[in-house]
Amino acid sequence: MAYNLKEVVAEKPSRFTAGHRMCAGCGAPSVARMVMRALKPEDHAVVAGATGCMEVSTFIYPYTAWTDSFIHTAFECAAATESGVEAAYKSLKRQGKLPEDEHTKFIAFGGDGGTYDIGLQSLSGAMERGHDMVYVCYDNGAYMNTGIQRSSATPKFADTTTTPAGSKIPGKMQSRKDLTKVLVGHHIPYVAQSIALNNYKDLYEKAEKAIYTEGPAFLNVLAPCPRGWGYKTEDLMQINKLAVETCYWPLYEVINGKYIINYKPANKLPIEEFLKPQKRFKHMFKPGNEWMIEEFQKEVDARWQELLDLEAMTNKE
Amino acid sequence: MGIRERLSGNEAAAIAMKQINPDVVAAFPITPSTEIPQYFSSFVSNGAVDTEFVAVESEHSAMSACIGAEAAGARAMTATSSNGLSLMWEMIYIASSLRLPIVMSLVNRAVSGPLNIHNDHSDAMGVRDSGWIQLFSESNQEAYDNLLMAHRIAEHKDVQLPLMVCQDGFITSHSIENIELLEDDKVKEFVGTYKPEHYLLNRKEPIAIGPLDLQGYLFEHKKAQAEAMRNAKKVIAEVSADFEKMTGRHYGFFEEYKMDDSEIVIVCMNSTAGTAKYAADRLREQGIKAGVLKVRMFRPFPVDEIAKALQGQKAVAVLDKADSVNGAGGALFEDVTSAMFVNGVTVPTVNYIYGIGGRDVPASDIETVYKDLVEVAKAGKAENPFRYLGIREK
Repeated sequence: MAYNLKEVVAEKPSRFTAGHRMCAGCGAPSVARMVMRALKPEDHAVVAGATGCMEVSTFIYPYTAWTDSFIHTAFECAAATESGVEAAYKSLKRQGKLPEDEHTKFIAFGGDGGTYDIGLQSLSGAMERGHDMVYVCYDNGAYMNTGIQRSSATPKFADTTTTPAGSKIPGKMQSRKDLTKVLVGHHIPYVAQSIALNNYKDLYEKAEKAIYTEGPAFLNVLAPCPRGWGYKTEDLMQINKLAVETCYWPLYEVINGKYIINYKPANKLPIEEFLKPQKRFKHMFKPGNEWMIEEFQKEVDARWQELLDLEAMTNKE
Repeated sequence: MGIRERLSGNEAAAIAMKQINPDVVAAFPITPSTEIPQYFSSFVSNGAVDTEFVAVESEHSAMSACIGAEAAGARAMTATSSNGLSLMWEMIYIASSLRLPIVMSLVNRAVSGPLNIHNDHSDAMGVRDSGWIQLFSESNQEAYDNLLMAHRIAEHKDVQLPLMVCQDGFITSHSIENIELLEDDKVKEFVGTYKPEHYLLNRKEPIAIGPLDLQGYLFEHKKAQAEAMRNAKKVIAEVSADFEKMTGRHYGFFEEYKMDDSEIVIVCMNSTAGTAKYAADRLREQGIKAGVLKVRMFRPFPVDEIAKALQGQKAVAVLDKADSVNGAGGALFEDVTSAMFVNGVTVPTVNYIYGIGGRDVPASDIETVYKDLVEVAKAGKAENPFRYLGIREK
């Protein structure tokens, strides 16, 4: 259906308001704003937040940036908390204790710490149980709220405060966990990977699908962090673009098991383009460390090829 | 008047939950409370309740889901034991600080390690400062009755705190006893409907729960929580009085057994009280004026009332079914002696750690405590107040 995204977005008031205390140049607030904008104006939402940058910057007593209902309990259990809210909704609705013609949607936000790591069990449980909710991971690739410690989402070789690039060990020595595929393995109706790019079209449309698909849905959205990644705040959108153009962060969705790659760069850029503007990869560009860039490139290529293969395989007639 | 039945403690708890008919139950199995969510699931499967049952993947998620559900505006319940409660620990504090009147059936069991599935009170004692109301139950009947009173207490506007009803794992949870149940409609009327003032699903008034609460505010919020716990005392008395009107069964903050003329008293909780009453009767046959003070309401702690009840005794023994491993006494002992001290009550008092990990507590052991108390009373003071009961010396 043809529509003008700019008009749709402009008509809808923001449900994630200004005044929050996220850093300049942080990728996460635009993710929250755009996901919330995908709600139909007549629908109410209950948002759950995992402890992390977003939660501690948007809900500092007595202020909140959320115009919908919001709940934060702890670090690892946004999904379980939201599953309880959704269960209450189901129960009260069934008993006629809530108006029949009004709808509430359930959205949880967590960073990669609260999602890939400490909250993985809670997320997995909630998705498997089939709650009608969307879990959005804003993945900034490390524990940024506590000061840039490595997570399982941290890319290989990145310099973090618990994997400092030293003279013996050149940063994080393990590869990044592919959480999106872990969620695909839950066989839930909708899983997607997105980023804030190109007027947010990709993110807006995926958020809308995730929210209005019945059952559990998962969105993994790359959200760069100027402090942790070491780029200039004004370069946020450029970093996002390079993540996609190098195929470091492919945009794709998996609808009922079928992979759809939403963007295939005509000229896939070399991974250096993405790594170079970020201080966390600075040591990779020292003479003698070319092998690190080569290895990184190999991993990106292998994962991209795997994705292409999965798309071909799941779309066979 | 009532329905005569024979039920185990777990069955009694599950039937109480069925009659309460909560909106949401989120639970994870753990011995010895597993049967509660199990029985309850069959009520859900057979349409006997309106409840949404959330079969979570852990106790941490059970409490998280209960918090979400209760905050959403629903009545939420759970059941657990031991390490299940330990895994919930983080969320236990969050439930009470968010002022959510969740009700839990806690079937007491030793906390690991090493692993032990049998009864003691280390699970409940581990959360005694968490801001949950804690009611203890001697029998299956009391576990059932306390659960029926729980929501009225927890949801009261002056309280709004979560509540756990404790009973002893296996000793009551798996023992079948005679019990008098109430009719479904009577329970429904007594418990009433839950009408929260602010809740997440009220789209007319969106709210935000669980903020970052910094130096300027947290202290006042914690004080308000402490006030609510103080208020709970009055509400527990009121609700218990209403319950007595309906059933004829009396529930105070604690039960005083043969304390009208007693000289030596054992203070204890849960099923041990039954054994202690039996032992007291035996000693009375020998002319020893023994009494029992059974604490029902451990949180809030009835400071002044307990001190008053023990005033004039010649010796007191406090039995703790959990060792605080603190170089001093058990939790109940510390609370009882502190209550006596601030009220100026000076009675020689000794502490016994007993029944750890399900160690059997025969009446003969309790009798030795009374006999020790006779000596303490004679001496007018207690040497070595920190003692063990029923432990092998070699």
